[in-house]
Amino acid sequence: MKPKFGVVVFPGSNCDYDAYYAVRKVLGYEAEFIWHKEKDLKKSNIVILPGGFSYGDYLRTGAIARFSPIMETVFNFANNGGVVMGICNGFQILLELGLLPGIMMQNESLKFVCKDVYLKIENRENIFTKNIKQGLIKIPIKHGEGNYFADDETLKSLEDNNQILFKYSSNDGNVSEEFNPNGSRMNIAGIINKKGNVMGMMPHPENACDPLLNKTDGAMIFKSVVANILN
Amino acid sequence: MYKATVIVKRRPKILDPAGKAVEQGAKLLGFNNVKQTRIGKYIEFFIDTNDMTVAEKELKEYSEKLLSNPIMEDFEFTLEEVK
Repeated sequence: MKPKFGVVVFPGSNCDYDAYYAVRKVLGYEAEFIWHKEKDLKKSNIVILPGGFSYGDYLRTGAIARFSPIMETVFNFANNGGVVMGICNGFQILLELGLLPGIMMQNESLKFVCKDVYLKIENRENIFTKNIKQGLIKIPIKHGEGNYFADDETLKSLEDNNQILFKYSSNDGNVSEEFNPNGSRMNIAGIINKKGNVMGMMPHPENACDPLLNKTDGAMIFKSVVANILN
Repeated sequence: MYKATVIVKRRPKILDPAGKAVEQGAKLLGFNNVKQTRIGKYIEFFIDTNDMTVAEKELKEYSEKLLSNPIMEDFEFTLEEVK
């Protein structure tokens, strides 16, 4: 089987081409764009909800996009075990859709943050990080609303079910407030659902794939997913 | 002490892109009777004075100079004394 990525395009997406470029041109996988008004995933095995500002992020980030026609298909696809990766705005859409718990608030600093960050991998028993050998990866973030919030009960359930995937950390794996770029609770940068087939992360792995950019840690996530759905 | 609430709205003839985008969401949900969605801002604050005239003056200046831009927005307010 040759895995295929489907990149959903919402009005206001702006990392859709970056994601397509990374998986198709850099990594050589099959990929196709899917317009948000379509209802068919075009035989994709992995759906990417890309970054950007869908519907201008009015009301709340992702609040309108989650009602786009394609999202009903994505919802059913995910509930049947299909692999969904929400990156940045895509993560926000997954939160609004309820496929992942919690919500994103404005960054605590009130500033849009654009920089490389270190992520500590908290869980390797899942398709997204299983094949990543190193404990830390360096990936850029670029967001104004990446301040992950969930109540204590939800955080505990995320921990108990091993759903926390990435935490913001220092370059030697120290997870503390000092290395939290946006105020996220527990330094959370990425989570998965209980079944482990739906992942949301604020950092942009698609922007750390091309060797020309001198950073390729993001590619490990896409490669891990592909390797593990083939098994 | 007075409690003030201010609602800032875009003037009716000025395009409200946020309202338009949100209304597209209403259509996606099947609410076809929903028309002319417009998004404003609700702001509340206290004014620490016992003088109603002072409170009203500050409320209006605050609203005109900062909370709204008269070129595109109107504002409505309420002001009530609190203990």
